[in-house]
Amino acid sequence: MGIKINNQNTHNSSDEEMVLNIGPQHPSTHGVLRLKTITDGEIIKKITPYIGYLHRCFEKHCENLTYEQAIPFVDRCDYIGSMNNDFGYAIAVEKLMDIQVPEKVEYIRVIVAEMNRIASHLLAVGVFGLDVGAVTPFVYCFRDRERILDLFEMLCGARLLYNYIWVGGVSHDFPVGWVEKTYEFLDYFEPKIIETNDLLTYNKIFIERTADVGVIPPEVAISYGVTGPNLRGSGVKWDLRKNETYSIYDKFDFDIPIGTGAMGTIGDCWDRYYVRIRELEESLKIVRQALDQMPRQGDIYESMPKKIRPNAGHIYSRTESPRGDLGFYIESDGSATPSRLKLRSPAFTALSCMDEISKGWMLADMLTILGSLDIVLGEIDR
Amino acid sequence: MNNTEIINKIKSSFKNISIDENHSDRIISTPKEWEELSKFLRNDYDLFFDSMMCITGIDEGVDSNNLGVVYNLHSMKYNHKIEVYIPVDKKTPNIFSVEKIWRMAEWFEREIYDMYGIVFDGHSDLRRILLPDDWDGFPLRKDYEFPKTWHGIVVDKIKDGWE
Amino acid sequence: MVDFYINLFSSIEFIKSYQSSIFIISVVLAGIPIFGFMAVNALVAVYVERKVSAFMQDRLGPMGHGVGLHAGKWGVLQTLADAIKLLTKEDIIPDSADKKLFLLAPCIIFIGSFVAFAGFPFNEFLVAADFNLGLFYILAMSSVGVIGIILAGYSSNNKWSLYGSMRSAAQIVSYEIPAALSLLPVVMLSGSLAFKDIVFAQTGSTLGILPNWFIFNNPFMVVAFWLFFIAGVAEVNRTPFDLPEAESELVAGWMTEYSGMRWAFFFLAEYANMFIVAGVATIGFLGGWLSPIPGYFDGNIWGVFWLVSKTSFLIFVMMWFRWTFPRLRTDQLMRMCWKFFLPGSFFVIIGVGLWDLIMR
Repeated sequence: MGIKINNQNTHNSSDEEMVLNIGPQHPSTHGVLRLKTITDGEIIKKITPYIGYLHRCFEKHCENLTYEQAIPFVDRCDYIGSMNNDFGYAIAVEKLMDIQVPEKVEYIRVIVAEMNRIASHLLAVGVFGLDVGAVTPFVYCFRDRERILDLFEMLCGARLLYNYIWVGGVSHDFPVGWVEKTYEFLDYFEPKIIETNDLLTYNKIFIERTADVGVIPPEVAISYGVTGPNLRGSGVKWDLRKNETYSIYDKFDFDIPIGTGAMGTIGDCWDRYYVRIRELEESLKIVRQALDQMPRQGDIYESMPKKIRPNAGHIYSRTESPRGDLGFYIESDGSATPSRLKLRSPAFTALSCMDEISKGWMLADMLTILGSLDIVLGEIDR
Repeated sequence: MNNTEIINKIKSSFKNISIDENHSDRIISTPKEWEELSKFLRNDYDLFFDSMMCITGIDEGVDSNNLGVVYNLHSMKYNHKIEVYIPVDKKTPNIFSVEKIWRMAEWFEREIYDMYGIVFDGHSDLRRILLPDDWDGFPLRKDYEFPKTWHGIVVDKIKDGWE
Repeated sequence: MVDFYINLFSSIEFIKSYQSSIFIISVVLAGIPIFGFMAVNALVAVYVERKVSAFMQDRLGPMGHGVGLHAGKWGVLQTLADAIKLLTKEDIIPDSADKKLFLLAPCIIFIGSFVAFAGFPFNEFLVAADFNLGLFYILAMSSVGVIGIILAGYSSNNKWSLYGSMRSAAQIVSYEIPAALSLLPVVMLSGSLAFKDIVFAQTGSTLGILPNWFIFNNPFMVVAFWLFFIAGVAEVNRTPFDLPEAESELVAGWMTEYSGMRWAFFFLAEYANMFIVAGVATIGFLGGWLSPIPGYFDGNIWGVFWLVSKTSFLIFVMMWFRWTFPRLRTDQLMRMCWKFFLPGSFFVIIGVGLWDLIMR
């Protein structure tokens, strides 16, 4: 960063406070995030996050790209939940253009999005375990995540950045045998959640470390725009899939898990973690129902527009990504490129409340809190 | 409340706001009025927009004199939405900061300042957020010119079209 | 061993008169096997740790495959390759580090565990230096290393290192106390601080089938064993007490700035300390070099085998801990020490004393 900031780093010699730079290279900042912390011993006095190390000018790029070309860039924002990003973007553009996609495409989209949510939550849970020092659950989670990535690889050839959900459709139909393999995975994965619970969720040390730590009260969460599992961890029953139903989520029967303060206070790190674990189960339910109900025949390219040229206008549309409300503000001037494309990142808002919730906790707790927020720097910096 | 009711309610207190003719859920206000309006939207018992979904800066184009800020508001309690658009003059791009009202605005306003140079009056910490502190210009403005060098590093000539 | 060498050399006519030289040579001759053992111990333990962690995590761990240069079957040569890499690595000393102290720290840490090994008996005779205060000596020496850790953290001139070393100092100094106090019942039962006497006091059998080890002596001793073992795990900075080098918090804690050979010395010392803690627990509670079947398989060679295998089992338990548990927080660690372990060990001392008084 510039010279200006370095000057701020000088010692605050008035008392026993120390400036500690966590990151940009640090094992548990989940990317290139720099947290300038002022500490007194191990107690955190103030945190100033510095972001932008991963800034790739996403929004500027999109002004010069056509709507189709923007999809790979959307992929790369939240690289853990690419399918959900594509999904949100496709829905926004479709709303702008008034496209109705065929039922089969909707099912395919919901299935891959929920599978990706499982993969993303697995990573969040595993990495959160790693942040509090448990290594093994991380490897277990990655083992299972790997199987989802294998399925995606079979589906579209890519393992991380899929470019799968397109405006008005998807890039490929399910290949032969994919549905059976997915059923197999669901049967395999269901007991693994119990294993994770045994190993990590109800571990005494884990509870000691996460319960009562980093409480986000519901009002604070709403005011900071914290959404997704973090908001539900604070006990607010709010899930866009239910409350603002989009796509075909109204056809499925699933619950919205919320934090109950089972191990401590409502809205602590354990609640946020446990909401994710419960959401794994709910996503499994959705995938199973969707696979059962999905029409096996149908043309997936039916509603795909030849040229994407929305009429002049604007739209703000949001969907539920694994990290929360993923919003797209798109302003069109009638040409093939958007005149403004804004991605409202759920991780961005989650990170902005770091200072508020981790003041007064210890250094170790701060990293626990950071882990429990499940941020993805690619999405924050765009 | 549905859109019409919300807009009527707002109109009864704020005479000057206008409604976007193409989009019934968007009201247009002025930077001067925004301070009062934002507090009203947040605190009014029937409206109670407690959640700010998104704040977007936009540039109306090279020919226009305006930048703009779009506020997407949502009420968790009543589950209704409104979009507020506030055009800001390019020469004096000042607007009231809603950081104290919706805390999430703190970073979103910093980002808009970073990208458009819109100054939010009353913001506690208005610095660049995504770009380096010593960056020149505001990249998302339509008349932004790409720098040729940065700290002595020559930036490749921007090619026309795709290779 | 030192005594043995001194006697040996003193009995040879023509060097009898060089008493001081004989002493030095004897010490060196006794020390070389210890160093060798420490090195082999670290090599084997690192390999085992990798394999144990791999099998616990559904992985294979280091493997060698096919033809060409690789780490041997099942990757057995992996740690050897690592050791060679570490020893031949560039020696980096940070520019702003306090150079003298920076160089001194690994030496002190290594010496701390090396001299502790000097008093550690592998069987009745196989001990570098036979003390009648062996237990006391090892407890004292194993806390020498903390000076090195503080020096390493301070001299690196790095905030992470400083945090790590401060945590480490607090932790080791605190857990010394319950560790020592929970060994007191052993001393009470055996009436001696010498390892030899402690083990001899555990010969025979109890309750018919069980060996007469102290852990089976009375219920309080089971508690004492666990107190000592867990305090020992905390003393060697292993998970769940690995706060000084907490990877996800402090990068690598007090050894952040170290690399290459100096870092290898830290590793050597860490695994040596693990062996010592597990070994002292074995001798104090699990009958040391005595066979688990009283009266059978006893003897000098069997003794070494039993001691090493019991110790290895305890080291395996430590590894098991490491790959299962999350990490505690500093204040929780301290609370656990002062609020549970310390009263607990006092309770055990009183309990063992009363039990001994009443049951005898």
